[in-house]
This record gives sequence, structure tokens and C-alpha cells, in this order.
Amino acid sequence: MSEEKDQVTIHGLVCPRPLVHNDIVVLGHGSGGKMTQDLITRTFYPPLENPALLRGDDAAVVDLPQSGRLAISTDAHIVAPLFYPGGDIGRLSVAGTVNDLAVMGAKPLWLTASFILEEGLPIFILEKVLESMKATAHEAGVVIIAGDTKVAERGKADGIFITTSGVGVIPEGRDVGGAKAEPGDAVLLSGPVGEHGIAVLAARGELEFEADVTSDVAPLNGLIEAMFKVCPSIHVLRDPTRGGVATTLNEIAQQSEVSIQIDEIAIPVTLPVMAACEMLGFDPFYVANEGKVVAIVPAEYAEAVLESMRAHPLGEQAVRIGDVSDEPAGRVLMKTAIGGTRVVDVLAGEMLPRIC
Amino acid sequence: MKYVSEYRDANLVKGVLDEIRRTVTQPWVVMEICGGQTHSIVRYGIDQLLPSEIELVHGPGCPVCVTPLELIDKAIAIASRPEVIFTSYGDMLRVPGSERDLFSVRASGGDVRVVYSPLDAVKIAQQNPDREVVFFAIGFETTAPPNAMSVSQAQALGLDNFSVLVSHVRVPPAIHAILGSSHNRVQGFLAAGHVCAVMGYWEYPPIAEMYNVPIVVTGFEPLDIVRGVLHVVRLLESGEVAAENAYARAVTFEGNKPAQALIERVFETCDRKWRGIGLIPQSGWKLRPEFVAFDAEGRFDVADIQAEESPLCIAGLILQGLKKPHDCEAFGKQCTPEHPLGATMVSAEGACAAYYRYGRL
Repeated sequence: MSEEKDQVTIHGLVCPRPLVHNDIVVLGHGSGGKMTQDLITRTFYPPLENPALLRGDDAAVVDLPQSGRLAISTDAHIVAPLFYPGGDIGRLSVAGTVNDLAVMGAKPLWLTASFILEEGLPIFILEKVLESMKATAHEAGVVIIAGDTKVAERGKADGIFITTSGVGVIPEGRDVGGAKAEPGDAVLLSGPVGEHGIAVLAARGELEFEADVTSDVAPLNGLIEAMFKVCPSIHVLRDPTRGGVATTLNEIAQQSEVSIQIDEIAIPVTLPVMAACEMLGFDPFYVANEGKVVAIVPAEYAEAVLESMRAHPLGEQAVRIGDVSDEPAGRVLMKTAIGGTRVVDVLAGEMLPRIC
Repeated sequence: MKYVSEYRDANLVKGVLDEIRRTVTQPWVVMEICGGQTHSIVRYGIDQLLPSEIELVHGPGCPVCVTPLELIDKAIAIASRPEVIFTSYGDMLRVPGSERDLFSVRASGGDVRVVYSPLDAVKIAQQNPDREVVFFAIGFETTAPPNAMSVSQAQALGLDNFSVLVSHVRVPPAIHAILGSSHNRVQGFLAAGHVCAVMGYWEYPPIAEMYNVPIVVTGFEPLDIVRGVLHVVRLLESGEVAAENAYARAVTFEGNKPAQALIERVFETCDRKWRGIGLIPQSGWKLRPEFVAFDAEGRFDVADIQAEESPLCIAGLILQGLKKPHDCEAFGKQCTPEHPLGATMVSAEGACAAYYRYGRL
């Protein structure tokens, strides 16, 4: 083809140049060809820029830390709507994996992210999600060093699905795990429960209720590091996501073969979350959190750890909610608000609104 | 939370419990009719706090539990049709029919949606004129007014793509059935506060007289429930028979007249099968002939579907207060909330689910 436009003469049929499609995701963006390249360099690189990613090789290459053990985790993220008060799928996908590493006592270092984009997704939505991932990664002090993108036909995905994997390093001397709770330990919770679940449910709009609730989604590694500073011998840490605090405590009680006894009136619940739960017939204790941590620590450290939590913005309302004992093993018992006792079980299936 | 937390106040509850202890002199069997009350009792551990003389038995007042199996099968048949958007209160989705539940219909491609109000289903029908929208209209007197309102609205809007699968039940005939049974153990009743908020309690004095059993309208918070128990124990101990109201902040003798008029306009009484109990005469509501066009059973030709209950399940005896959940051999073994055999294990309000969830093993 001639570069001198004025002299071009057309002698027959010429294929039209394909449209660039800078505004919405089309199947070609997943072809692995030029459109994929363009999407990566124009949309993904600017917000996520770092040397390992920009090298553009098939795998990111990083130096091993000097000491400690590696913690590795992966998590798939699907959320509707993509944006909700307090968060979005981008923030969730970074914080979710960072938190899974942090609750193992690891300092999260690197993430990878794999995107499934639905054909027809506006590019500006993708850009917003990536900006949010950038900000959250910055907040957590992690770097997104590798990524992948595929495009699914319209209707075969819901906007964006993001899977993130993470690697962190556990410093010497930390030994945290679900099976480490011991009778006599104190059970701590970093703040009010149920905010993420209710915020997303309200934002979904199907149930036609509005709630002044903001998701708590946040990377918890900063808070957790502050806790380790005052108590290197934390026994259990866990972020009570789906299934809520009730399900998390049950997992710990079963893994550690201990009984966990909690006090209903000690568990913080904000007024809007409680009101929404009352209306919907939910128990806030079973509703998802994305920025809370349950910690089980030797009782003599309870006050110091609580103090360190309360000094951190994500743990201002931290409280001791109960204690660990040996019997009945594998069970979570709750002292109810009026002084009765009940067993707190795991959630059986999807949480369903009750009829009346 | 104002108007809620006061009714969960440990000291106030303790005061009423002390009063009950001072009043009671002999064993009494009291039934709470409503599943919402069962849930509260077990959730807060109220039964453990009551003096041992008082035995609470859990009545048939869970709408999900008593919806007959064949209605669930009909719902599943309708929801599986490609042209249908099937709408329902949330906890009906998990109720097992003969072979599967509405969740599995949704997983196999059926359009099954949870709504909070039948009026949302009417809205969905307006927004989807080329689809058939069906609402699963179950429940007691509590859900009857909104369900009636949905049919009335659909008629006013001239919607021809909206219908309801009706399985309404009424409390007073169930009380008659329990008290009239030769096996009856119940000596006093806590009547369901929400039902009475709609219907009033003018139907109860004749029942109390007829069977010589006191009936006390009772609310749902811990303080409401212990106050209801105190009222009924006072009546029992003094030998007095009456229908009293211990939930005056929500219930009047006449009830909500406009709501009753709306029910009357759309529904008429009929015989109704209760899951686990069987047929109770005049215990249900069905659409009046002038609203038959909105009847999903006729529209989708499912009237002939029949079904049989699991032989292991003793939900019927539990719903009549003759057995406790842990009397059942399948309880916690073949039958759990994950794999419910019968409806009392399915709903959060079901007695078996409440016992299982809150650890009454």
C-alpha cells in the first residue's frame, strides 16, 4: 500500500481496516493477537506498571526472600454489582488474596491477576477496576507482577471475573493456623460484622431496599502486622468472609478440636446492618465481611493485642468476644443477649430471606 | 435499636421470668403456634430459662413447613417452563419437592427469582409482557393481604401474564384440629402476634371456651414471649379460661379491617392439606371464582400432580406437638438442613431446623 495518500488508485475490492474497538471489549481482545496486545499495553500496563510485569515475558521472575517460609494463595472473585458502596471487584480481588496471606502470618509481596472479561464490557469500566486494584495494591504494599486476560462470549460471564494469586513470606518465629487454638485463649474481633454482605445485597437492588451501609473491604496486612508486633505468638487469624464470623469460628473450633464460647452482646453490629438484618430475616453473625479479622491469642496477650488493633484505623472497634475452652470440642456456643445459651452452627446453604 | 432492643433487655426478661417462677405451681404444656416464635425461643434459649414445670411445644405455624409436597411439585413443574419467571419468598427455594427443589430448577436454567413482596412480582410482570410471571402465594393470614393485593393490582392493571400459585392456610382451624384431637396434650396457647395484627383475635374467645384452654396473643421478641407465657400461666393457675392480648402494641381485638376486607374480596375459604398433618377442613384460602384467571394451577394445567411424603419423617407429629424433633430417628442423621427429609428441617422457622441449628441434639 502506498504511503502517498493523494496518489492512491483503487483497482478493485479492498478489505476495510478493522475497527479499533477502544470503547468496549470484543472477542478479538482475547485472540492473543494485536488487539490483545493493545488492550494490555493501553489498559492494563499504565495502572499496574512495574518492572516484572513490563518485561512482558511468559512468567514474572522475582528474587527469593532471604529467610522465612512462603505462603501462597489463590482466590476467584465474582461479585454483582461490580461497584458497590465502599468497594468494587478490583479492590475485593486484591484485598481478598492479601488477607488470605496475611492471616497465615505472611507479609504479602506479589500478586498475579487473571481476568475473564465479558464481550461487550465497556473499557472504561475495566479501567476503573484496574485503577482500584492499583490503589488497593499500593495500600497493601504489594505488586501485581503477572496477569492474563481472556474474553468470554456475551452472556457467558458477568462483566468481569478476576482470579488473583498471591505470594507472601512468613517471617521466622510465626506459627499461625486454624488448628492452633488452645483452651484458655481469648477470641478477638477487629470490628462490626456484616457490612460487606449487606452493602452488596443493597447495591444489587433486587430486594428493593436501601441501606446506609458501606462495605468494609480492605487489605488487613497492616493491622495484622501491628498485632504481631505486640504478640508474635498469635495462635489463629482468619478473615470471616462468606458464612460470616459464625462459620469462621466453627471452622476453627473443628480444626483445633476445642470449644469456642462467645458472648452475643459483645459482638459489634452497626445500627444499619442490624436494621437490614432484622428486615430481611438474616443473622449478622452469618453475613460476609471483607475487612475484618478474628484473632485467637494467648489470654495474657489479649489486652495488648486489642490495644494494638484499636490504634489502627481498621481495628478501632476491636473487642474480645469470647474464650476458648476444651468442651464441647468442635462446637461454638453463644451466651444469648438474655442469658440463655445456644449452639452456633455453620450456615447450611445460601442465606435466604425468611417469609415473615 | 429503638422498639426492638427494649424487648431484648436481659433485666426486663429476668423480671418476668421471676414472676413466672413465683406463679407456677404445677406442670403445664403450652404450645406456641407460630414458627417465628419457635425460632426466637430457641435462638435466645428462652425454654432453658423457663421453670421446668413449663413445657413449650412447637406448633404448626411455619408457612414453609406446612405447604403440601404436591404444591412444591407443582411449583417446580411451573418454574421449569421456559416462558415462566417464577417468583417466591426466599426460603421456599430450598424446600424439597418429591425429587428436587426450586434451587435445582434455577441451576438447570429455570428463571426463579426471590422477591420480598408479591407486589415486586407484579412489577416484574409489567416489565416482562412477553413472559409469564408466577408468584408462589403461600403463608398464613400474615401474607394474605399482600398476596391478595398483588392479584387485585394485576387485575386493575389489566395484566394477563401474572398468576399466583396459592397455598394459603389459616390458624384458627389448625387450633381446632389440635385441640379436637384425642391425642391432644396442649393446655394453653400462645397465639401468633403477626397473624392477629391482621385478623384481630375475635375468633379466639369461642375456641378458648369450647376446649377450655386459655389463648394469649403473643409477640416475637424475648420479652414478648415470656410475657405471653406469664399471661397463660396466670390463667392456667387460676383456672380461668379466656383469650387475652399480651401484644397490644401491635394487635387489637378487631385487627386490621381494610386488610381483612381485601382478603375477603380476593380469597374464599376452602379445605386445605397441611404437609405432615393432612387435610384440615376450611383451613385454607383459594382465589374467588372472579379471580380464577389469575390461578396458576389452572393456567399451567398442574392440578393433577400428586405426591407422597418420606416415610421416615415425623414432621406431622412434631407440628401437632406430639413429638419433639430429637424423637425422630432421622433427626441429625439422614435429615439435616443440608439434606432435609421434611419441611420442618427446611425453613429457619421449622422446629427441626431450629433445634438442629441451635444445638438441641
